[in-house]
Amino acid sequence: MKTVQFREALREAMSEEMRADENVFLLGEEVAEYNGAYKVSQGMLDEFGAKRVIDTPIAELGFSGIAVGASMNGLRPIVEFMTWNFAILAADQIINSAAKMLQMSGGQIGCPIVFRGGNGQAGQLGATHSQSFEAFYSHVPGLKVITPSNPYDAKGLLKSAIRDNDPVVFLESEKMYGDKGEIPEGEYLIPIGVADVKKKGSDVTIVTFGKIIKVAQAAAEALEKEGISAEIIDLRTVRPIDYAAVVESVKKTNRCVVVEESWPLASISSEIAYHLQNYAFDYLDAPVKRVTQTDTPFAFSPTLIEAALPNPARVIAAVKAVMYK
Amino acid sequence: MYPLQTEVMTMATKTTAKKTTTAKKTPSKAKKSTSKFSKATYLKWYKDMLLIRRFEEKLSQLYIQQKFGGFLHLYIGQEAIAVGTVSAQQEGDKHITAYRDHGHPIALGTDPRVLAAELYGKVTGCSKGKGGSMHFFDVEKGFFGGHGIVGAQIPMGAGMAFAEQYKGTKNVVVTSFGDGAVRQGALHETFNMAMTWKLPVIFVIENNNYAMGTSVERTTNVTDLTKVGLSYEMPSFAVDGMSPESVHEAMEEAMDRARRGDGPTLLDIRTYRYKGHSMSDPQKYRTKEEVAEWQEKDPIEHVLRVIKKNKWMTAKEIEDVNNWVKNEVKESIEFAEKSELPKPEEIYDDVYQEPNYPYIKEYLA
Ligand SMILES: Cc1ncc(C[n+]2csc(CCOP(=O)(O)OP(=O)(O)O)c2C)c(N)n1
Ligand SMILES: [Mg+2]
Repeated sequence: MKTVQFREALREAMSEEMRADENVFLLGEEVAEYNGAYKVSQGMLDEFGAKRVIDTPIAELGFSGIAVGASMNGLRPIVEFMTWNFAILAADQIINSAAKMLQMSGGQIGCPIVFRGGNGQAGQLGATHSQSFEAFYSHVPGLKVITPSNPYDAKGLLKSAIRDNDPVVFLESEKMYGDKGEIPEGEYLIPIGVADVKKKGSDVTIVTFGKIIKVAQAAAEALEKEGISAEIIDLRTVRPIDYAAVVESVKKTNRCVVVEESWPLASISSEIAYHLQNYAFDYLDAPVKRVTQTDTPFAFSPTLIEAALPNPARVIAAVKAVMYK
Repeated sequence: MYPLQTEVMTMATKTTAKKTTTAKKTPSKAKKSTSKFSKATYLKWYKDMLLIRRFEEKLSQLYIQQKFGGFLHLYIGQEAIAVGTVSAQQEGDKHITAYRDHGHPIALGTDPRVLAAELYGKVTGCSKGKGGSMHFFDVEKGFFGGHGIVGAQIPMGAGMAFAEQYKGTKNVVVTSFGDGAVRQGALHETFNMAMTWKLPVIFVIENNNYAMGTSVERTTNVTDLTKVGLSYEMPSFAVDGMSPESVHEAMEEAMDRARRGDGPTLLDIRTYRYKGHSMSDPQKYRTKEEVAEWQEKDPIEHVLRVIKKNKWMTAKEIEDVNNWVKNEVKESIEFAEKSELPKPEEIYDDVYQEPNYPYIKEYLA
């Protein structure tokens, strides 16, 4: 094993896949000469050259469409968005083109393409730069949506995403790029759509994904001291969702709290809660609770950020509520 | 093509004073060159254009009789663009267009039977009944759709060309769209990158002067669409779209440029759709006289005149072609009507390449 930063894990995944397959290439704003806005692609221009590591103008819709067209015609593009907020301008090509192509062409044309970049809040950046898109993209049939929470998962899942023949939305975070974690020296893959039990527990199941898992982990540690044993499930992928892992855990703990970085309405947490009431109703000893961002655009001031986001105290309160403590 | 460009450009300047006289933009008939093309080319143009037209005439009648649903955008009047493009192309070249997409696959040789079946939503359709009129596909023939979002295929076409350049082929990609799509941001973003990267793509405006009911003049200060390309220093030309000869010549030159590695070309091909935007268009935005004026330049009539003048076909032979076309259309409809509709469980086919994607299936149970 070796210790790497999250960004290095992503870089290793892309570089290994580019070495293995000539048709894989990376494009986006500042990915080449600037070495990546968040240094994910550092050194890749030197290794692969300008043909395969391509700086684009600031034209998310245009370069995403070009990448989709390339994927329709035999290539396997990786599109880096500086952040997913800016990818809203490319949503037409992700949702209307990439996600639909295989079906509309009656199976003739697929889009093996990965769209990746920073997702979610990253501090005091205001409302336009702080959004989480898990629920948005998971809504769309034809896409797969991956939400890694640590360097090990990031590398294994990104390699799977690049090899996948379907279009993949890969949601990272500016706040995670510097996170360190252990990964194997050699090559490995993590399958898309399989959740990971991050911590075993018996009293309550905390379902979460992406960087907000750290909040759940801090809450679980504090709860442990109070004698409450929480099981933490990292979904890792939000389309498809590994419902079985969630249901199995809740059958054991009989209680569930979902922790999500984004807004409450039409969210991953509402989806999980629906699923549990439908498939684990008889096992639930309390209604499912969730901790999400406030139902507001993300504001600038630190006090408003504190007010908006899930934190360990809120998770602890939700756990105690489902345990009637 | 060059004389026409200046001609149309001066006309565009003139028309700004009186913005409603679209007929003034009509390119003159005199500029058509007829020498370069062989008998075989003319016969093929005639046959293919007639097939496109008769296919659409017949299928639109059936649409009115509610034999099938959806939107139906007819290509009638614009046929010279599809056939002039295809006669200029080489094997391996590829095409992508908007939802007005019946003409291109027919010109490329797709069996009209599978197109009719697609209109009917049948499994035997070119997109297995999952695309419909707006989303025809035939990859084997180099036809990459059929796209319903105005302008979305512009970057996709450039991306297909990017892939050809990346793989080092000599293939070019013809990316077609309407005059209305010229106003999409995607076009400008794409033109900029296509020129920067010298992609082997030909951007074709099938300029029928209307986006639904809105004329070019009503949506822009720059009515000469070639200027849109020129602002990216893209070689840009106006072309007579009622003449397959002009289309072929302009296309051949653009294709040569792309194959040489000199990048994209914009062709503003002036054409006209005789029918409404779709089947529900009362056409209050234009006069009958305007339609009639364009119909006088009908490309099928024109090609037939050349054939007759050169005595390339006897009256009997022309009749035979007409009958062959009629029969193709008849058999296409029979094929469509006889074919099966998709089974409900086929809804899960072709959404993901992954064979075992775990759909949420509770609602069908
Ligand atoms: C993004 C988008 N906006 C609006 C529409 C609805 N719409 C369909 S066709 C059309 C007009 C397009 O005109 P043009 O590009 O000139 O093509 P034509 O129909 O003349 O071939 C419009 C507005 C659409 N399909 N996509
Ligand atoms: Mg138009």
